[in-house]
Amino acid sequence: MTDASPLLSVRGLRKRFGADEVLRGIDLDVMPGDRIAILGASGSGKSTLLRCLNVMETPTEGRIALGGQGFELHDEAALTQVRQRVGMVFQQFNLFPHMTVLGNVMEALVTVKRMPREAARQLALAELTRVGLADKADAYPARLSGGQKQRVAIARALAMQPGLLLFDEPTSALDPELVGEVLRVIRSLADEGRTMLLVTHELGFAYHVANRVLFIADGVIHEQGPPEQLLKHPTQPRTQAFLARHREFDF
Amino acid sequence: MTYRWNFGPVWENADVLLRGAFGTLRLFAICALAGLLLGLLIGLARHSPRAWLRWPATAFVEFFRNTPVLVQILWFYFALPILAPFEISPLAAAALGISLNSAAFTAEIVRGGIASIDRGQWEAARALGMTGAQAMRRIVLPQALRRMLPALTNRGIEIFKMSTLASAVAYVELLQQGKLLASLNFNPIETYTVIAVIFFLCLLPLVQATYWLERRLGRADA
Repeated sequence: MTDASPLLSVRGLRKRFGADEVLRGIDLDVMPGDRIAILGASGSGKSTLLRCLNVMETPTEGRIALGGQGFELHDEAALTQVRQRVGMVFQQFNLFPHMTVLGNVMEALVTVKRMPREAARQLALAELTRVGLADKADAYPARLSGGQKQRVAIARALAMQPGLLLFDEPTSALDPELVGEVLRVIRSLADEGRTMLLVTHELGFAYHVANRVLFIADGVIHEQGPPEQLLKHPTQPRTQAFLARHREFDF
Repeated sequence: MTYRWNFGPVWENADVLLRGAFGTLRLFAICALAGLLLGLLIGLARHSPRAWLRWPATAFVEFFRNTPVLVQILWFYFALPILAPFEISPLAAAALGISLNSAAFTAEIVRGGIASIDRGQWEAARALGMTGAQAMRRIVLPQALRRMLPALTNRGIEIFKMSTLASAVAYVELLQQGKLLASLNFNPIETYTVIAVIFFLCLLPLVQATYWLERRLGRADA
């Protein structure tokens, strides 16, 4: 795998909100099949980093290349192309409440990819089956539990056949007993060899599923490495302190 | 007070009122359609990322929202023909005044409705590769329109009632015909009572229909 070229490549990424510099120079290569967990305290810039990758936030500086091709960060037409190839799952699900579950998953296939409705329906049903919600196809999102909503959101992202998946704290808005069903789905996607970046507070999940872990602090990648090393034997004091806080109430 | 109500003369002139009712409905249909559609477009323009669309839309809204409809109707009827080389009918003057005024208020409703939709809806749409226009048309506007429905209903009712202002330029509508009958028969009490009841009977079913529509569109929330 060492001679493969990166699926996503980021150089010198900076993001300022007014006087507040949230990202201070990020370099990152995501190889095909990478499962990268991004950790960091709140306000460290980890979500902003993820949101810059599909340009939901416009980086202030830096270059991003997807599949070896750089793109202009202010060219809306180019960005809609990029976003079709990068799936995103949000903390708050953001399902479309005026559409059924099936409608949510079909929508971009029809509107963006111009797929015929019947083909889109078949594909959407297949993705809903993958996340175990084919029986909810005709329900409206308001009828679903949080865990079910997030699984629909994952199916919606998957239906576009993205080469890269971004998960922005996908379980942080869920009741504890609903976290497992969502993590199981994400894990099954990782087992299929899909490339993904995941901002999360679930350290155990990061340990078992990721092949690389990034610890973000003050807008830079403070420390990174395989989960075994970073989560069990971190070298940087800030990483150690962060992990210690997370384990404070472990038993 | 021992007033003896006598609706006889009003019924005898039912055809006069009928012509008025037809005039009212015609003006209402024109103004509701033009006012709501133009309002939608101007409301969308106020959300545009392009300043050359946003700025004129804002100017339009502020101008027509802050001048009385009656003044606008009179201006279009009496002032415009002096400035421009064409005659203008009472219908056209009234339709212009009421439509433009309603468009300004409708644009504000549309702007508020769109602004009330959660940012996450935009983000989810954009993240799937939709353009701004697609996100607006497929995701944001359908939800916003549902929220706007009660306010738009009020606007519709307002347009219907504003049609009476067209009597100021002698357009044949219900109030104009009522004034005519009342002065011919010296029976303002009966005539204006009937006029008021006709308005009520026209508007009530309209309002009921929008309640039904609201319930129907609200099914997804259940």
